[in-house]
Amino acid sequence: MNKISDDISKDLKDQPKFTTDIGEKDQDHHSFDLGEQTTLKKIQHFLHGNPTIVPVIILILSVIAFGFIAGGKFFSAFNLSLIVQQVTIVGILAAAQTLIILTAGIDLSVAAMMVLASVFMGKLSVEMGIPTLPAILVGMISGVATGAFNGLLVTRLRLPPFIVTLGTWNIFFALVIFFTGSQSIRSSDIEVNAPLLHFWGERINLGGFVFTYGAFLMIGIFIFLWFLLNRTAWGRHVYAIGDDKEAAELSGIRTDRMLVSIYAVAGFVVAIGAWVSIGRVGSVSPTSFYEGNLDSITAVVIGGTSLFGGRGTIIGSLFGALIVGVFSSGLSIAGLDVLWQRFALGCLIIVAVGIDQWIRKVSN
Amino acid sequence: MDKEGVKLMDPVLVAKKLSKKYGKVVALDNADLELYPGEVLGVIGDNGAGKSTLIKALCGAVIPDSGEIQLDGNKVSFTSPIEARKLGIETVYQNLALSPALSITDNMFLGREIRQKGFMGKFFKFLDQKAMAEEARKRLSDLGLLTIQNINQLVETLSGGQRQGVAVARATSFGTKVVIMDEPTAALGVKESRRVLELIGEVRARGIPIILISHNMPHVFEVADRIHVHRLGTRLCVIDPKKYEMSDAVAFMTGAKEPPLN
Repeated sequence: MNKISDDISKDLKDQPKFTTDIGEKDQDHHSFDLGEQTTLKKIQHFLHGNPTIVPVIILILSVIAFGFIAGGKFFSAFNLSLIVQQVTIVGILAAAQTLIILTAGIDLSVAAMMVLASVFMGKLSVEMGIPTLPAILVGMISGVATGAFNGLLVTRLRLPPFIVTLGTWNIFFALVIFFTGSQSIRSSDIEVNAPLLHFWGERINLGGFVFTYGAFLMIGIFIFLWFLLNRTAWGRHVYAIGDDKEAAELSGIRTDRMLVSIYAVAGFVVAIGAWVSIGRVGSVSPTSFYEGNLDSITAVVIGGTSLFGGRGTIIGSLFGALIVGVFSSGLSIAGLDVLWQRFALGCLIIVAVGIDQWIRKVSN
Repeated sequence: MDKEGVKLMDPVLVAKKLSKKYGKVVALDNADLELYPGEVLGVIGDNGAGKSTLIKALCGAVIPDSGEIQLDGNKVSFTSPIEARKLGIETVYQNLALSPALSITDNMFLGREIRQKGFMGKFFKFLDQKAMAEEARKRLSDLGLLTIQNINQLVETLSGGQRQGVAVARATSFGTKVVIMDEPTAALGVKESRRVLELIGEVRARGIPIILISHNMPHVFEVADRIHVHRLGTRLCVIDPKKYEMSDAVAFMTGAKEPPLN
């Protein structure tokens, strides 16, 4: 061994051990916190480590609160399952949106992508006489292609996702109007020509709880994405890119390729949503889900995913969507005007982002 | 091994006459560098001397206009840090290039994950989290960093020195031939700096040569076997830290004193 390094290690033997001494002692030195603040800090740390807890608490509290306000009608099996039915589409869009927001992006075009895919499915199978399954496949391809298109614009032109998807939102919407001529495809026509498109709208009664197949599919999508995000390298890279893109690049992740694949996967999820939406709505309407873009972002944000990327859970977005559903249902059963539903939702968004900001302070 | 002993072996990494211009600014002017097996080579130089361009050329972040780089006697060229890394040149960046919101294990295997064996790994590309955690723990304890208790702890919960430890453990884990460390102690306190210097000793003890870039003269003099002084885009001289004082090195760096003839 080298003489110098011998000297160093001799020197270093007198130094305190890494974590035990330096870490804890120094932290103690620097903390001037009073007892009560430490409790708050503890909560902050706990929430930081478990970001899904906040939406779960809000969901439970809001269910209890609306139970009191709106009474037994709210708590009926039928109403609770109706909430799940109602959030199916926004939930699926929110699942796709979560992938994008985790990369510190945002996708304003998800709902337009979905309507475009559903137009392909409906047009081809109902009006052009193509068998339903190939028509659905074309819709799926449309979803993946439009998603990848967003991803390519973000990575090749280095434009902010907000601007890219603001643009493609309008482009996709214009395409929808172009392909449909502003005409809806009627539910009865679909039922006759392509009943398979209505499949996810089929209902099943479980002891008073009425669920659509689509609701189960939504849950399935969330579970699938959870595995993808937490158990595969692809998923870890989604977080790494959102956390620190440059660091991810230096770690050997091909960030541009990854981003395109993330937008494409989101597009695929959106396309599944397109099929489910036909079952849910019945018809294919070019002007439906106009607020779906913002609703999906709302669900993700309330679900505890940070708009700055890298932080959040996919399951949180499911709770976020459910919270929105509970608020809408509870407030309407309580007899409040729709404007107050909007009002409450607005407050919820601001509170959710405020909590997120507070929790994020831990890492600084 | 002293300086003469070192020189009996063939160098691991050689840079020959590297040049790089940015417009009219000459960042590198026929710069040379040799790194021998098992040594710590300090690289010092005034601000703007071109040492960071030199290092970036060695780690793939900058493509030199002319000159060549040899690794183990073979000419190599790379267009990105990823390619340099594949050949065994690992860089610990000043900002560490870690993802704070991911765990220690995730960070150590970022971009080089271990997949599960069999069906789940092959078709679903599931990660072998157990194997990764075990390997990460082993790497950290090899470097004397066992005191990190939970391998699944998020990196943002670690201290600056611990993060450096994770970055170094990552850099020395994958068939590494050369480790380049860029200002590893710049952001650290006194005690944590000590620990990082010790870490450099651990890496050297495992036979991996290190290029250490630092502004901190005492740190460089403490751990370096040889010191490469960079001035005006090229190598001015290489000095033995046992034969020169820090004040000499500073004088060479700034041009206040004539360098020794090599």
